[in-house]
Amino acid sequence: MNKRKLGRGVAVVGAGMSKYGVRTGVSNREMFVEAFKHMMASVDRGVDPKDIEANYVGCCGAWNWESQAGIGKWCTDWAGLVPIPSTTVDNACASASVAIRQGIIGIASGLYDIVLAGGVEKMSTLPTNETTLVLATGADMAWETYAGFTFPGLYATMATAYMNEYGTTSEDLMAVAIKNHDNGVLNPMAQFGQTIRDVMNARIAKAKEKGQPVPSWADEMEFLHDSAFNPVVAWPLKLFDCCPITDGAACVLLVAEEIAKDFTDTPIYIIGTGQASGGALHDRESLTSIPAAQIAARQAYEMAGVSPQDIKIAEVHDCFTIAEVMAISDIGFFKPGKEAATAAAEGKTHRDGVKPINTSGGLKSKGHPVGATGAGMVVEIFEQMKGHAGPRQVPIDANLTLTHNVGAHGTTVVVQIYERR
Amino acid sequence: MDEMPFTAASFDKFCSEKKLMASRCKKCGAIWLPPRPLCLKCKGGDMEWVELKGKGKIVSFTAIGVGAPTMIEAGYDRQHPYCAGVIELEEGCRMNAQIVGVDVEHPENIKIGTPVTVDFLERGSFSLVPAIANVNKTYAIFRAS
Ligand SMILES: [Zn+2]
Repeated sequence: MNKRKLGRGVAVVGAGMSKYGVRTGVSNREMFVEAFKHMMASVDRGVDPKDIEANYVGCCGAWNWESQAGIGKWCTDWAGLVPIPSTTVDNACASASVAIRQGIIGIASGLYDIVLAGGVEKMSTLPTNETTLVLATGADMAWETYAGFTFPGLYATMATAYMNEYGTTSEDLMAVAIKNHDNGVLNPMAQFGQTIRDVMNARIAKAKEKGQPVPSWADEMEFLHDSAFNPVVAWPLKLFDCCPITDGAACVLLVAEEIAKDFTDTPIYIIGTGQASGGALHDRESLTSIPAAQIAARQAYEMAGVSPQDIKIAEVHDCFTIAEVMAISDIGFFKPGKEAATAAAEGKTHRDGVKPINTSGGLKSKGHPVGATGAGMVVEIFEQMKGHAGPRQVPIDANLTLTHNVGAHGTTVVVQIYERR
Repeated sequence: MDEMPFTAASFDKFCSEKKLMASRCKKCGAIWLPPRPLCLKCKGGDMEWVELKGKGKIVSFTAIGVGAPTMIEAGYDRQHPYCAGVIELEEGCRMNAQIVGVDVEHPENIKIGTPVTVDFLERGSFSLVPAIANVNKTYAIFRAS
């Protein structure tokens, strides 16, 4: 494979998101406007909306959850950007990253100088069992859902394989959830404003208040072992191994490198981008890694001319705890097996660790509005790289960063690398 | 048999006759399950149907407590989970299927590598489109032997 380069450089000069959570009464396009306003306010020297030339919007389930096709066009309309071209992109949970990549390609080709790209997802409208089926449509409806697989079931099958091969434990996975909740509590846009210890203490307080027997959990690990509070969803994955159902939107402003300094003194340059596809579970030789992620990461590293050791922080796709464990080895940060599985438990991926992962709270705690998730990752990277992350700001200089966004269970993966010069 | 198109519908029809059928590339001999009309290995497009012995082993699995609507209707829930997984057939190809005859309420006792044999089961189909949801069809499932 040839080493590919962008035709010209592209930078992120603005990034914003709506509040993530259960946003009853707020639609996709309305959340997109929230994200758009937040993004506009993040451009240091501002941007005239009239100068935005195209909009790419990721979304994978508006047809199901909102009975709306072509949602990107209505987002463009509500953001006041008609008649610029608007393209709706569906690559399951990687939709927004693919939308951003299309925006990058649009600028790199010379066709545009200033592009808006992001994603939306309204997910809370259906009862959970129907949403379970909508999410399963991200996998292969013909040959995976065939087995009765739910979406958690697919990752659970990979978790079983991982635990069997490497001796990884439920506690290793729980440490990922605890870490991401600890980060998310510091993110005002996150769905969960609670650490897992907070959740545990709230349960204890509730039991006391109601005069019920008070649970005697020593710590959050013991709480997570209590199947009454952390029931199995798809063994070996339990409730707290799974990301929530989230409504949300996020978007970024992409500009050509040569005009980036017109908008800010600190553009975030996209120096590497990779995208790959993968097959269904039965067509994969390994169930303990995501081959498309390894390919996309290699493309991004080669384009950027950097190695995993150089990257300071990353936002990775932790739709399930096991997904973060696989992600941090697929992008080359940790060896697959014990090293990757225990990275959270040993503090290596904490905000003050050697490789901070998911400082935003990740999908687990920030939330996972599937079509918006990839753009939400860039929002965190943007804020960390500009030193705007407030109490979650990492103590190191995050001048070189990475995002890793997985569509479904690895059928699409986008990896991108960002540099602040 | 060669006149049957290499589609999911043909596969389902064979299942209703209690046959587990795959497609085989006439050029390179690769066997594809689920059946494919194009060979991924040599990119050849000349296929034939082949009946599999229906014997294999569990590659990996899960026990699902919160299932898709069709499985909930079939009576599965948190107290009565079902096992789903990846099966590797003796012929080398793999498919995803429900696995029965295992200790699904204690999935920690289920072993990767457990030998399984195909069986056939009628159940409603999975779809969000009402017209094609819950249409009864015969599924290939696997039974621990
Ligand atoms: Zn062939």
